[in-house]
Amino acid sequence: MIVTDVIAFTVRSLQGFRLRTALMLVAMAIGVAAVIVLTALGEGARRFVADQFSALGTHLLIVLPGRSETTGGPPPLLGETPRNLTLDDALALRRLAGVRRVAPISLGNADISVGRRQREVLIVGTNEEYQHVRQLLIGQGRFLATPDPRRLSPECVLGTEVRRELFGPTLALGRWVRLGERRCRVVGVLGTQQHSLGVAMDEIVLVPVAFALTLFNKESLFRVLVEVRSRDRVKQTEQGIRDLIRARHDGEDDVTVIAQDAVLATFDKVLRALTFAVAGIAAIALAVAGVLIMNVMLIAVTQRTAEIGLLKALGAPARQITMLFVSEAAALSLTGAVVGLAVGQLGSWIMARTYPDVPIGAPAWAVWAALGVALATGILFGILPARRAARLDPVSALSRR
Amino acid sequence: MIRLEGICRDFAVGEQTVHALRRINLSVHSGEYIAVMGPSGSGKSTLLNIIGLLDRPTAGVFLLADQDVTGLSDNEIASVRRDQIGFVFQFFHLVPRLSAAENIALPMTLAGVQPTERKRRVTAVLAEIGLAERSHHRPDQLSGGQRQRVAIARAMVMEPSIILADEPTGNLDSKSGQDVLRILERLNDQGIILIIVTHNAEIGDRARRSIRIVDGAIESDVQQR
Ligand SMILES: Nc1ncnc2c1ncn2[C@@H]1O[C@H](COP(=O)(O)OP(=O)(O)OP(=O)(O)O)[C@@H](O)[C@H]1O
Ligand SMILES: [Mg+2]
Repeated sequence: MIVTDVIAFTVRSLQGFRLRTALMLVAMAIGVAAVIVLTALGEGARRFVADQFSALGTHLLIVLPGRSETTGGPPPLLGETPRNLTLDDALALRRLAGVRRVAPISLGNADISVGRRQREVLIVGTNEEYQHVRQLLIGQGRFLATPDPRRLSPECVLGTEVRRELFGPTLALGRWVRLGERRCRVVGVLGTQQHSLGVAMDEIVLVPVAFALTLFNKESLFRVLVEVRSRDRVKQTEQGIRDLIRARHDGEDDVTVIAQDAVLATFDKVLRALTFAVAGIAAIALAVAGVLIMNVMLIAVTQRTAEIGLLKALGAPARQITMLFVSEAAALSLTGAVVGLAVGQLGSWIMARTYPDVPIGAPAWAVWAALGVALATGILFGILPARRAARLDPVSALSRR
Repeated sequence: MIRLEGICRDFAVGEQTVHALRRINLSVHSGEYIAVMGPSGSGKSTLLNIIGLLDRPTAGVFLLADQDVTGLSDNEIASVRRDQIGFVFQFFHLVPRLSAAENIALPMTLAGVQPTERKRRVTAVLAEIGLAERSHHRPDQLSGGQRQRVAIARAMVMEPSIILADEPTGNLDSKSGQDVLRILERLNDQGIILIIVTHNAEIGDRARRSIRIVDGAIESDVQQR
């Protein structure tokens, strides 16, 4: 039989049984669309997190005071405070070869007030590098500018929400606010942030790090963000930081250095596993569609007994009849898969429009896998009915009216 | 051309065995026109199905063009059926979703004949059965007689050497029956073996050879005229 004739015959018989064809197409389409939409969601979530991290520099190192990993020996005594990670430590890191930027961070809560308006805010003490490391957008004025990080310049940058609560519609720039026991001048207001990493940037107040340390009466920094010059120098710089701090801390290895990459990789792994799991569940829908195809094809074989008998009488060998029925199942699942693909992509597109922040979109592997699984199930579940058709006894098939 | 020697066909029905054919001996030469008659259940259809290779005998030898066909594989049998044998059934057995022309072309489509050649042969055959202007009609748009003519066209399009017709006029009024019969006889005039199973004595008389089967055995086998 010529290939185009097989296709024509298949199309004609699918057209001949419209309802059954439509039902099977719907089943297959739902399965494929489910795979596409769910993986698009999972992948979107993964990429969202990845984007958030990588926008903030994939070559970022975070230095925390205290050891997190234990290298054997007795556990640290309860209540043992880690050694300080001081501003001088942070400034020393700047001299390391691979380091581009160092942003020390001191964190704490304090009351902020203007006139009678008052609220509690999260204070982030840092330096001008922080703006670049965290890619902060400035709405009004400027960011912190402290050429000498040890100086107590009384200036601050407000988050948009803090500004709104304290100043309402009036101008904030240049005004003085009270922060705890101290006063400082508003030099800037943050803009709306693209990459917040879950921190409510609208609700914070940024001050120079020395100012924050004095305000909280602390010696130690909360942490230090170190931006490495390039990705391939991350490992080497990580070691450099450890060595430098050890040298400054009398040989004590008492800081933890985390690569942002490592954090990202963990997130990535978790979310990817989640996407696979969800896609797997959706694939069950595909398998169900396959079983449905088998059912309907079996009914088709019963319905078309006389036709099968006729084909045999006209000289079609068993394998030709098998082939014809399998191609019907394949055509059904392929068409269903293509429809499902279109529906799935449309669904992903609508979701992407609804949540523009999340890069929703099914990855290529999911699209191919869905199409492949659809076709495979269609053919696999088409084989049994096709063989049943091929085995029909032509005499009894034809004797039925 | 056709030689049956000691052909038996038994059906197992539950515990019982039905002997549909009992030791049938029969030879048919090229160009013969045979009517097979006999009471209902006597084994006429069974005999025709065995000759048409749709059924296999339980015992006996079947030679078709001097070739033993009892031991052939499914593929080989299919191609013998395709090239040598045309069937005409009482209930036409046209594919309802295909047009008359497509139904006629079906054996050639299955055999992988090129579309242009198919078209040529279908046109010729349609003219021969007098349905040239109905080629695009589906079976449900045709009368019973027209449907049977389409079925005959389908049987003859592969230019077989044998045409087997099981009560071809059984579902037709006498006028359409006559038309159908005339077309079949015209094919026989061209040298094709024509074997018709019928209950109609009038048709039986038209054939040059008349075989009467009773209870699975040949009761009489007479040359007429
Ligand atoms: N598949 C089968 N299983 C069991 N018995 C069968 C089968 N096919 C035919 N028979 C039996 O074989 C015998 C002959 O059947 P067949 O169909 O050849 O008769 P027939 O002469 O064509 O009858 P009719 O004139 O009614 O068509 C009958 O007794 C029938 O019951
Ligand atoms: Mg019969």
